[in-house]
Amino acid sequence: MSKAGITLATTDPPTPTVPLPGRRGVELALIVLAVLLSVYGYCAVGLARNGTVPPGAAGYGAGLGVLALVAHLAVRRRAPHADPLPLPIGVLLNGLGLVLIYRLDLEAPGAPAAPTQLVWSALGMTLFTAVVLVLRDHRVLQRYTYLCVTTALVLLTVPILFPAVNGARIWIRVAGFSIQPGEFAKVLLAVFFAAYLAANRSALTYAGRRVWGLQLPTGRVLGPIVAVWLVSVGVLVLERDLGTSLLFFGLFVVLLYVATGRTGWIAVGLLLASLGAVAVGRLEPHVHHRIETWLHPFASIEAGEGPNQLAQSLFAFAEGGILGTGLGLGHSVLIGFAVKSDFILATAGEELGLAGLSAIFLLYGLLVERGYRAGLALRDPFGRLLAVGLASLMALQVFVIAGGVTGLIPLTGMAMPFLAQGGSSVVTNWTIVALLVRLSDCARRQGDGGDGR
Amino acid sequence: MTRHIRHAALFCALLLVALLVNASRVQVLHAGDYEVNPANRRDTISRYQQPRGNILVAGRPVTGSRDTGEHLRYERTYTDGPLYAPVTGFASQEYGTTLLEHAEDGLLSGAAPLLAPLPRWNEFTRSRNAGGNVVTTIDPAAQRAAYEGLGSRKGAVAAIEPSTGRILALVSAPSYDPALLSGNGTVARSAWARLNADPDRPMLNRAVQRTYPPGSTFKVVTAAAALDAGVVKNLDRRTDSPDPYTLPGTTTRLTNGSEGCENATVREAFVWSCNTVFAKLGVDTGVARMKEMAQSFGFNDAGLRIPFPVARSTFDTTVDRAQLALSSIGQYNTRATPLQMAAVAAAVAGGGQVREPYLVERTTRAGGGTVSTAGSRPARRAMHPTTATRMRELMRGVVEDGTGRKAAIPGALVGGKTGTAQHGLGNSGTPYAWFISWAQREEDMEARVAVAVVVEDAAADRGEISGGGTAAPIARAVMEAVLKP
Repeated sequence: MSKAGITLATTDPPTPTVPLPGRRGVELALIVLAVLLSVYGYCAVGLARNGTVPPGAAGYGAGLGVLALVAHLAVRRRAPHADPLPLPIGVLLNGLGLVLIYRLDLEAPGAPAAPTQLVWSALGMTLFTAVVLVLRDHRVLQRYTYLCVTTALVLLTVPILFPAVNGARIWIRVAGFSIQPGEFAKVLLAVFFAAYLAANRSALTYAGRRVWGLQLPTGRVLGPIVAVWLVSVGVLVLERDLGTSLLFFGLFVVLLYVATGRTGWIAVGLLLASLGAVAVGRLEPHVHHRIETWLHPFASIEAGEGPNQLAQSLFAFAEGGILGTGLGLGHSVLIGFAVKSDFILATAGEELGLAGLSAIFLLYGLLVERGYRAGLALRDPFGRLLAVGLASLMALQVFVIAGGVTGLIPLTGMAMPFLAQGGSSVVTNWTIVALLVRLSDCARRQGDGGDGR
Repeated sequence: MTRHIRHAALFCALLLVALLVNASRVQVLHAGDYEVNPANRRDTISRYQQPRGNILVAGRPVTGSRDTGEHLRYERTYTDGPLYAPVTGFASQEYGTTLLEHAEDGLLSGAAPLLAPLPRWNEFTRSRNAGGNVVTTIDPAAQRAAYEGLGSRKGAVAAIEPSTGRILALVSAPSYDPALLSGNGTVARSAWARLNADPDRPMLNRAVQRTYPPGSTFKVVTAAAALDAGVVKNLDRRTDSPDPYTLPGTTTRLTNGSEGCENATVREAFVWSCNTVFAKLGVDTGVARMKEMAQSFGFNDAGLRIPFPVARSTFDTTVDRAQLALSSIGQYNTRATPLQMAAVAAAVAGGGQVREPYLVERTTRAGGGTVSTAGSRPARRAMHPTTATRMRELMRGVVEDGTGRKAAIPGALVGGKTGTAQHGLGNSGTPYAWFISWAQREEDMEARVAVAVVVEDAAADRGEISGGGTAAPIARAVMEAVLKP
């Protein structure tokens, strides 16, 4: 077990001897499919609501198509061996998100969110293109480890200076735009964790005492995990953002485990997380209330105060049943506040049913799986940890918010990657996909015996 | 490291499985519970997403639907709302439904499974059928005559076609405009508060939901029971009835409002409404036979639906002889809805046959296809046909030369009975004025209409005449409206 981190070369897949096909044609075909599915969804909403194809259908399809095509050309030029799946999955999820937001805009025509979201999506896909074009090798990022963590901490702390929005201090407002800097911090922290752990993993592997069959880490190396834990709790207490705090800590524990192979880290992580959760649940009324709502979603109905958001969300999912009501025909707008952001999945669940919801979950699952596959195929520890980190980030985020709105775990405010309204989130997620594309390309080139080394 | 990456991947796969299992739990396993949760507004929204079916009177809708463009889209409208309120009730987005709007709600809202083209079709397509229509038996002319006849007085009118049981008029006054309650805004809320606070209770359907002591109109039941039982064989033989009559087993003396009741014949006693004669007649007939006759007219039946429920009219069967004497003249615990008393008149007019009253002729789909029809209902014999013939004679006598002369219609045979019911503590309340009657055109084979009218605040004159003076003209107007060719 202690050798696992060092003997990685032997467990790698055998080196292929023939050059691999580029698979760019597959990617293009899938992108076309993704764009067509999104346009179809857009038309379905219009037909269901007004009986006509919405006037913007062609322009919407063209816009999404051109952006996806540019991204594809960038991949074709600078990452020809990349995995063909992440980009089309991103396009499809982003397109579906735009459809859902457009559909919810029709309920309250006063404040359309879809056009802004389209602008942010364009920005995100442009950033994707830029990352793929500029970042030729992911290992370059290792040089900026401490710049990454400093920037991330600054981004995390800046919103504390701004007024709270809906109980959470996670937004800053600049020139009419709302930005959530915490979203950008996620990628930077993933890079930092990967780089830090890749550099220090042998030190962290030193075993300490054995307690109940668990190899506990020595006290000396507990420093970093305690520091990250403190930052997470700080985020939670200062910004009242339970989701982000949970995400950071979960990500760090996963990466620590992968880097060192010590189950003891998981034990320590779980212990610290439970301590934090119990303490915060007791002390913070905001968090305590969330837990109460999770345990008794219908308590407010029985108390005669009407259904709360979670209850409305559950009603929406239930209405969807197996096949859904059809796009544009549900009433998820009853959820009210945050229906386009945190609760966007309820609209998908109601109008696309369990079938559509499962498809969306499986798309995320596939994206995460491609990330892990790149991680397995890569040879350098930093690349492996970065791929695993980004994939886990996506997985944890989907689980935390999807589990929250379906009543599986206490609800914490967080954007559903690609689907939810929120510019910062879309841009961040496109960056993650760009890095996964880059990593998968490097993995193939390394495996191919190309210029990776 | 590879092995641990695989472990981490397995962990992510477990998260995915947890999400999928939980989604199935919410969307399939518990979906039914969530859908019927009263706080879930989806059913309400889809209910108001389409125009509601209409209630028709003489082929013309008296209801409608208005597209508000709001969240709950269609709102109920009414033409002649106050006139038909005792028939339609209201259909409110805030306060639910009443009367026909309630009883036929499934059909009107399109939710009734009968409307679906195939079983479970709507569940499968998640669609709702267009609301069906309800065709009523109401005669608009009779309804209006009754409504205008009552005017600003409190009271109720019920009219029935004796040969079928079709309800021709159902009026309650004061009335209200149900359209005020249709929406869910401040108009509905303030109207609701105002109507509920009104001491006159305009939303109470006095014709079917309220019982009154029937007073002397109940003498029709007593006379029929006595005739059927053979206690009275000859209408024109003098009875052995003292005036005043001391109630058996008590020292209470019952008197009359009119002269000449001592030992009067049954015919005289009926025409001049002698309490003493009929109280003794009821006691002579006995509680068992009185109960049997009252129940065959429909008293003590709590299950009548027309299709909305009708309050139970009562004839107390656990009485001593003194109480039976009072019960026999429509006092003590004897109570009746106006519809019940119209049914009594209808039974006499229809040769002793009682037909259950009904308000809905048929129901149709939005396109016009029939969903259900009232069909022919079984008739029940309340009294022997010869008894009915003699009862018709007695009732005609009241109109021709008794207390109900104001109900006479030229060219028609009209029978009636007046009543003035005492009520309140020590009989202190303003008496209720009653008139029940039936009318038949001379050239016809059978009576066309039977009416019951009750006026709550009749003139303070407490004489028997108030039934004939206040209520009889209203009954005549209704009967004329029906008889008019």
